[in-house]
Amino acid sequence: MSEAVSPPLLRVEGLETYFPIRSGPLRRITGWVRAADGVDLAVPAGKTLALVGESGCGKSTVGRSILRLEQPRAGRIWFDGVDLATLAGRALHPYRRRIQMILQDPAAALDPRMRLRDAIAEGMQAFGIGANEAERTERVAELLRQVRLDPGQMGRYPHELSGGQRQRVCIARALAVDPELIVCDEAVSALDVSIQAQILNLLADLQQERELAYLFITHDLAVVRHIADRVAVMYLGQIVEEGPVERVFALPAHPYTRGLLAAAPSLDAGARGRPAPVRGDPPSPANPPAGCRFHTRCPDVFDRCPRESPPSYAVGDGTSRCFLCDPEGPSR
Amino acid sequence: MSEARARARELVLEVRDLSTSFPIDGARRRVVDRVSLEVAAGETLALVGESGCGKSVTALSAMRLVPKPGLVESGTIRIGGKDVRTLPVTEMRRVRGNDVSMIFQEPMTSLNPVQTCGAQVVEGIRLHHRVSNAEARRQAGALFSQVGIPDAEARLDAYPHQLSGGMRQRVMIAMALASRPRLLIADEPTTALDVTIQAQILELLRSLQRDLGMAILLITHDVGIVNELADRVAVMYAGRIAEEGPRRDVLGAPRHPYTQGLLRSLPGRAAPGERLEEIPGVVPPPSQWPSGCRFSNRCPIAFEPCDSIEPERTAVSAVHGVWCHAVARDLGASEP
Repeated sequence: MSEAVSPPLLRVEGLETYFPIRSGPLRRITGWVRAADGVDLAVPAGKTLALVGESGCGKSTVGRSILRLEQPRAGRIWFDGVDLATLAGRALHPYRRRIQMILQDPAAALDPRMRLRDAIAEGMQAFGIGANEAERTERVAELLRQVRLDPGQMGRYPHELSGGQRQRVCIARALAVDPELIVCDEAVSALDVSIQAQILNLLADLQQERELAYLFITHDLAVVRHIADRVAVMYLGQIVEEGPVERVFALPAHPYTRGLLAAAPSLDAGARGRPAPVRGDPPSPANPPAGCRFHTRCPDVFDRCPRESPPSYAVGDGTSRCFLCDPEGPSR
Repeated sequence: MSEARARARELVLEVRDLSTSFPIDGARRRVVDRVSLEVAAGETLALVGESGCGKSVTALSAMRLVPKPGLVESGTIRIGGKDVRTLPVTEMRRVRGNDVSMIFQEPMTSLNPVQTCGAQVVEGIRLHHRVSNAEARRQAGALFSQVGIPDAEARLDAYPHQLSGGMRQRVMIAMALASRPRLLIADEPTTALDVTIQAQILELLRSLQRDLGMAILLITHDVGIVNELADRVAVMYAGRIAEEGPRRDVLGAPRHPYTQGLLRSLPGRAAPGERLEEIPGVVPPPSQWPSGCRFSNRCPIAFEPCDSIEPERTAVSAVHGVWCHAVARDLGASEP
C-alpha cells in the first residue's frame, strides 16, 4: 500500500485517557475508568479509518482525546508531524481548525437560537476566514450548496429543518474552516436508512473533492464496510484488530472481530437463526479482566489468555491482539 | 384470507382498517390510515418503516394505549378473538398481560428504579394470578432462568440500575412472559443494545417463541432484524401499509418502489466504495402527505394516477400484496 511510504496525517501512539471514579462523602478518587488504555491508530491523508466497537469500549473517548476535548494521561497524538498531546492553550488553536468533529445528534450540536448562517460562519470568524461579514455570508451560501441544501435557507433556525438537513448543516459548519481531518462520531447513526444513504454519499463526495481524512467512529459494521479504507476494532479501551477493510471483513483475525461480524443482523437468508456468537456482557472498563481483556467472552480461550496480556501481532499489513496470531505459536 | 384458512392459522391479532388520528397543525390527521394486519399463533410479523411512519401508533392502538389527544377513529382490532375497541376498561386490563404483553426499546424507562426487579415481576404475576407471594417469587425466579439471566435467584433482588442494558431487557421480557401471553408486541426491542447483546436477545425471542408458540408483532426500523426474526413483513410508509407478504418475497423480491428504495439504500448491500442508492427528498410530515399515493412525490416511477388516486391493494401472489398503481398496471389487474 502506498500509505506506508508517506507518513499518515494522524498517528496516535499509546494513548491513555482515564476518568476518575469518585465515591464516599469526600468524593475521593477510588478507581479509574480506563476508557482508552494504550490505543495506537493511524489515519492517512484523504482516507477513512473506521473505529468500531460497542458502547463503552472507549471509541468516542479516543476521538475526543485527539481533539484534546479530553486530557490524555499518556501517549502521543502526531498530527502532521506535531505531537498535539504536548500542546496547550494558544498553541492548540490552529489544530482546532484543521481537525473538526461531527456528532451523532445534530439537534444537540446546533444552538437552537442561532440561525444557520451564523452557526456556519461562527468558526470562520474565530479563525479569521473571510474578510468581512458579507464575504462570510457568500461562503456560507457556497457551503450550503456543497452539502446539497438551498442557500435560501440560511436565515432559518435548526428546529425548522429535518434531522438529515440538520446533519448537513453540521457538515457545512465543519467544512467552513477548511479542515484536513474530520472526526465523525456516530454521524449517521441516528438517521433513517434512506437519509443515512444520502449523508454517506455526501461524505464520500466531499472526501473526493477536498481530500479529507475521516476518523469514522461507529458501531455499525455495514457502514464501516461501505465507507472505510481501514478499520480499527476496539474492545475495553484497546484496539484488538486493525487492517484494511476488505481483509478484516473477509478474514477477521481476532475472535472478537469474528463475533462482532457474526452478531450483526444480516440480510443473508442463510444467516437466519444461528446462535448468538458472543456470550455474556462486556466487563466494566473500570475493572478489566487480567490477561487478554476479551478472554471472559472468547469462544477460543485457552490457558495463556487469562495469564498474559497479548501484544499487537502483525497480520498482513494490520495487527491483531490475540495469541492465536502469535507467529511463534499460540501456546508457549 | 378464507375463513377455513384463518381458522387453520388461528389468528391471535387481527387489525382491520385501523385509523388513528392526532391533532397536528390545527387539524386531525390520520397518522395510521386504514391499516390491516394479522398475526397467527407461533408466527412473527415485522412491521417495518422509518421514523414517523405510524408503526408504533399501530401497536399502541392494538393495546388501546394511544395517548391523548390521539384517537382510534375506525377499524376493528381483535386480540385472541376479543374485540379490543368495545371491551370494558376492566376487561381490557385483563387482556393486557393475559393475552398480550409489550416490550419497548429502552428497558430503563419501563422499569421502576426504586423497586427490585424481582418485586416488579412478582407484582405482575400476582395481578393476574391468585398465588401467594412466595409462589409468585418462585415463578419469577423460574422466569429469570428461562430468559437466560445468570444467577437468577440473586438477580431477583437487584435494582434495575445494577443490571446491564441486555440484562434489563431480559427482565422486561420475563415480566412480559409472566402470564404466558399469546401475543408479544416488541417495539424496537434491541435498538438500544449493542450488536453482540442484540444477537443474544434475538436468539432468546426465537427460542421462547418456539417453546411457547407465542405470536410476535415486531416493530423495527432495521431490515437486518426483520430478516433474522420475521415470518411475514408489512412495510409502512406515511401511515399506510405499502407492501405486505412473506419475508422471502418482501425482502427477496420487493415490488413497491419504496421497499425497493429502502433495501437499495442499505450500506450492507452495495459494493464497498460504490455510491448508495438514495431515495430523493425526505419523509414529509403528516400535514404535507400527498393526496393519492403517499410516496408519489418521491417515487421514481410515479405516473398519472399516483398523485391523485390512492392505490388499493394489488395481489402479486396469494400471500403478497402491494399498494402501488404501477404494480397494478404491470399486472394488468383492475382496480377493485
